[in-house]
Amino acid sequence: MEDLSQYPLELPESDKPMVRFQNVTKRYGALTVLDDLNLDIAEGEMVSIIGPSGSGKTTVLRMLMLERIQGGVIYVDGKPLTHMQQRGRLVQASEKYLRQAREPVGMCFQHFNLFPHMTALQNCMEGPVQVLGMSKKNARERSEELLELVGLIDKKDQHPSRLSGGQQQRVAIARALAMRPKVLLLDEVTSALDPEVIGEVTEVIKGLVSAHNLTIMMVTHQMGFAREISDRVCFFFGGKIEEQGAPADLFDNPQRERTQQFLSAVKSAD
Amino acid sequence: MSYTEFLAEYGPRFLDGLQVTAIQFLLAAVLAVMVSLVMGLGKLSSNPALRWPAVAYIEFFRGSSLLVQLFLLFYVLPLFGLTFDKYVTGFLALGLNLGAYGAELVRGGIQAVPRGQWEAAYSLSMSPAKRMWRIILPQALLNMLPPWGNLIIELLKGTALVALIAVPDLMFEARQINGSTFLSAQSFGTALIMYFVFARFIVTPFMRWLERFMTRKLGRA
Ligand SMILES: Nc1ncnc2c1ncn2[C@@H]1O[C@H](COP(=O)(O)OP(=O)(O)OP(=O)(O)O)[C@@H](O)[C@H]1O
Ligand SMILES: [Mg+2]
Repeated sequence: MEDLSQYPLELPESDKPMVRFQNVTKRYGALTVLDDLNLDIAEGEMVSIIGPSGSGKTTVLRMLMLERIQGGVIYVDGKPLTHMQQRGRLVQASEKYLRQAREPVGMCFQHFNLFPHMTALQNCMEGPVQVLGMSKKNARERSEELLELVGLIDKKDQHPSRLSGGQQQRVAIARALAMRPKVLLLDEVTSALDPEVIGEVTEVIKGLVSAHNLTIMMVTHQMGFAREISDRVCFFFGGKIEEQGAPADLFDNPQRERTQQFLSAVKSAD
Repeated sequence: MSYTEFLAEYGPRFLDGLQVTAIQFLLAAVLAVMVSLVMGLGKLSSNPALRWPAVAYIEFFRGSSLLVQLFLLFYVLPLFGLTFDKYVTGFLALGLNLGAYGAELVRGGIQAVPRGQWEAAYSLSMSPAKRMWRIILPQALLNMLPPWGNLIIELLKGTALVALIAVPDLMFEARQINGSTFLSAQSFGTALIMYFVFARFIVTPFMRWLERFMTRKLGRA
């Protein structure tokens, strides 16, 4: 058992990133996917995560939203997410605590995962009404605003099966935003899209970065896009951060050999 | 006696029997749906106190014959002071038995809903109950309607067994009429046709309609 007393119960105002991974380890059975990860993400920061397949990029996001961890503590907005306080000590979070602690986090998936039995508008209203207890009227207003923002207000009464991939992904972004998250996780949100519609989704994301004080963690294979909009890029290799830095530094002047190899491999594939 | 005369004489009794069959069928179907939901969800529960009873239930009712279960309810339970009316015993046995098969359909239908739907619902912080009722079950329902169509027809055929505990259903009337007239071909032939018509022209079209209705409602059209 890990000694949890080394971790603070809450992060102090003076040192309070929006997201902190402290000594985080994630295992699937005997396979250690992420080993002793330490990563801080500031409020309003846009961080891109790049790296080869299987390097643990998706896992970083999933630990915030869907998976339990085997070592370390994750903090969101200064409060522990993976653990809760009990008699002045940190203990493993209960299911209920986890779910509530994750309320400030939103996630969009590679395959959209819209609810097929609901219209675009209903997809967006579901969380506010069912989880936040908002009135239908207010939830509808908020959802319509967001569908407007992603340019799909005219499709609000369509079911996902009637929407293109790019449109579905934009609805999915609106659905996540309807919960007013502080942190938005984007896992390869353009990877399942036809090349000609990728632009409509990246435009929406660019809009989010400039207009909202949203903290975004984005896993992507689109190096050009990552470079254009990120404050920081993290290159993952074998479950560790091999190198990180401002996009211009990391892309133009990578220090580590693996980063150089990866970037030149992606470049030649393009 | 011509077949027309036979029908004129015994037609009303066949119709009375059919009515009893239809009621037994409907009540058993409602019970089966409820049982399958409870047991299907129970079998998927992560809580062993819910899971093991559901597993035991499903194994028991699928692993032994409906006729034996019917007799057990009718003849054995009274020995323990539990007596049901024969009508109640009839649809109870049918519903409990078919519910065990239905539970497997519910389980399969739920498991066929893509993992990503659970994750999307979770990522909106929905509670486990809301995830199930609002997101997963509606989709599972659509997955399982086609096999439910078959199960419901099995249920209809199964109703003929309640004649054996003297519930005056269509089969019971056919046997009675056969016993007094010795016109086996007419007696059982008529019953057969009535079962067939009921299944083919009422139950099956209804299930098809339900499928179309649900598909439209769930926006997959
Ligand atoms: N549910 C799981 N069970 C077992 N192993 C898993 C599971 N999910 C991921 N892994 C393993 O963890 C490692 C990291 O996976 P992850 O999905 O985070 O990689 P990734 O960097 O997102 O890759 P990709 O670019 O292909 O999406 C891989 O070796 C993968 O096989
Ligand atoms: Mg991935």
